[in-house]
Amino acid sequence: MKYKSQQVAYWFFALSVILLVLQIAYGFVMAFAHLGYDGLHEIIPFNAASATHKNLLVVWILSGFMGAAYYIIPDEAERELISIPLVKLQFWSLAIVGVVAVIGFHLGWWEGRKFLEIPRPLDYLVVINVLLFLYIILMTLFTGKKRTTTSLVLSMGLFFAALLYLPGMIWFDNQTMDSFFRWWVVHLWVEGVWELIMGGILAYLLIKLTGVDRELIEKWLYVIVGLTFLSGVLGTGHHYYYIGTPKYWLMIGGIFSAMEPLAFLGMALFAIAMYRKGEKRHPNKLALTWTLGTAILSFVGAGLLGVAHTLPAVNLWTHGTFVTAMHGHLAFWGAYGMLVLGMITYAMPLITGRKMYTKPGANYAFWLSNIGMIGMTTAFAVAGVTQVYLERKVGMDFVDVQLAMEVHFLILIGAASIFTLGIVLYIINFFKYGSPSNEALVTA
Amino acid sequence: MLSKNQARTFFLGGTVVFFLIFLVLSWHTLAKEVPEQTNAENLSESAIRGKRIFDKNNCMGCHTILGEGAYYAPELTKVIDRKGEEYCRIILMSKEPWQPRGRKMVAYGMTEQEAADVIEFLKWIGEMDLNGFPPEPDLKDKLPTE
Ligand code: HEM
Ligand code: HEM
Ligand SMILES: [Fe+2]
Repeated sequence: MKYKSQQVAYWFFALSVILLVLQIAYGFVMAFAHLGYDGLHEIIPFNAASATHKNLLVVWILSGFMGAAYYIIPDEAERELISIPLVKLQFWSLAIVGVVAVIGFHLGWWEGRKFLEIPRPLDYLVVINVLLFLYIILMTLFTGKKRTTTSLVLSMGLFFAALLYLPGMIWFDNQTMDSFFRWWVVHLWVEGVWELIMGGILAYLLIKLTGVDRELIEKWLYVIVGLTFLSGVLGTGHHYYYIGTPKYWLMIGGIFSAMEPLAFLGMALFAIAMYRKGEKRHPNKLALTWTLGTAILSFVGAGLLGVAHTLPAVNLWTHGTFVTAMHGHLAFWGAYGMLVLGMITYAMPLITGRKMYTKPGANYAFWLSNIGMIGMTTAFAVAGVTQVYLERKVGMDFVDVQLAMEVHFLILIGAASIFTLGIVLYIINFFKYGSPSNEALVTA
Repeated sequence: MLSKNQARTFFLGGTVVFFLIFLVLSWHTLAKEVPEQTNAENLSESAIRGKRIFDKNNCMGCHTILGEGAYYAPELTKVIDRKGEEYCRIILMSKEPWQPRGRKMVAYGMTEQEAADVIEFLKWIGEMDLNGFPPEPDLKDKLPTE
């Protein structure tokens, strides 16, 4: 680590892993409710758990992205962040807004729009917070010595992610219009601009960890993010099949979203090719494992499991069932969860000067969490296909089908326990690193 | 071989072109088609109040509507057709958690007016042209009969 201000990433990473644990806790509340144990119904009804689970997910990923940006941008731009007090202000306001939102969900202060449950007054605070973040990042980048492709793609992703939050803040009376713009946020985030952020972080990690020439890596970065927008923008149409929007989206959404896996395939091939080409002299092998892991599992979770239900003829049956939940879990985990945890694994030794990645626990964290998540995805998939057949194809009553599916939730809880064990090991390791240390400042 | 400059042009050019196409299509959808497919002229004051109640209580946190939401409770798009108005009114006004075979719904204890508004909203949703969603069960008749 070259610049002292990169240390601030630590706080965002710490917030990120703490929120991840909380997110998991609410996942268990919902899984047990599906199994028939809803003893918490009076205090945390299912809709409170579900809003909390989804929003904590978004916030821990965003906090991870912010930490990654605060770490990467000074390094790439070759200067300190413009102001540490401003970063501190941004950090604490983010944490406070997050806590208030979560408490609010338990008191019924929310808006019932999936993933966008944060109530409008808090949305304005989120906007101010993100503007502050962007100001710090962009000012650092544009007053720095260098503007690399990696840092530009990363910043562009962050900028557009902020911009795309706004369509989710318009009021509509018509449910279809509400939903139409909800997808501008949700879809254009995860299958659009977040992929720029992912591409930027992935390129940075590959440059650092494999030692392959920057020019080559950044050329492919452009190709990948080019493929993202080429397919993903019109691919939004795969959410406009059955919500009261015209039929032409069936064709447009079907064709373009079916091409979306190309960008993820690009990332996987790119990471593997650079891995084979590179000298791999970097001692932090575990960070490289996470990096390759995210590139490959994002292709499986987002690309393959996405395309599995993206054609209109399939989606007519699977739309809004556990098939969606199956894809949602592996896509979010593979593309963004693992990316953030990989970035943390890379950065922590350099921030604190301790090399905890050699500890066996850190290695088990990787394998247990991934095996657990793949198990969970499988459980959701079996439940989902069962649900589609019994409820949609045969026409059985909703609750009868849910009761027939209970056993899959037992398996889900088993796999989720393995996943959680992995995450617990990850977090123990995280806190064993201790706090940032000035001794870790090195040249090169 | 592709140069870095060409790769950048591919990225920037593609992005601009596809965003523009998307904006034009979105405008066409929202301005011309959605009002017709959703029967926007039938969207009464009561139905709009119903939507606000639906959002305020985060009904989507358990149910799906137009196929979006959570998967703990049944899809509500055609619920009035399936269950009827009276059934829905009783659930919405109930002061005890409604629990069909053990699965609890929050007891909202709505007033007569609130329940009527939500039902208006659900009726309006149920009349939309959704390109065939939710589909008719197509294996129902193929099951072996005793
Ligand atoms: C990292 C990238 C991705 C993430 C994090 C992700 C996550 C999600 C989530 C959370 C949902 C549920 C959204 C909601 O109901 O509000 C969803 C739905 C969907 N995703 Fe993805 N996804 C990704 C990429 C893809 C790709 C590449 C495809 C297609 C090739 C795809 C196809 C779909 C489809 C068709 C639905 C709608 C399911 C339904 O009708 O219920 N996704 N995705
Ligand atoms: C112990 C771990 C976890 C358990 C037991 C769990 C369980 C669940 C359950 C039961 C649902 C609700 C399904 C419904 O609507 O009825 C859900 C939704 C969701 N969870 Fe998790 N989850 C866990 C961890 C995670 C993680 C780590 C991620 C992301 C990396 C994640 C992402 C999501 C998403 C995106 C949804 C919404 C899916 C949709 O509506 O299509 N979950 N989870
Ligand atoms: Fe999508």
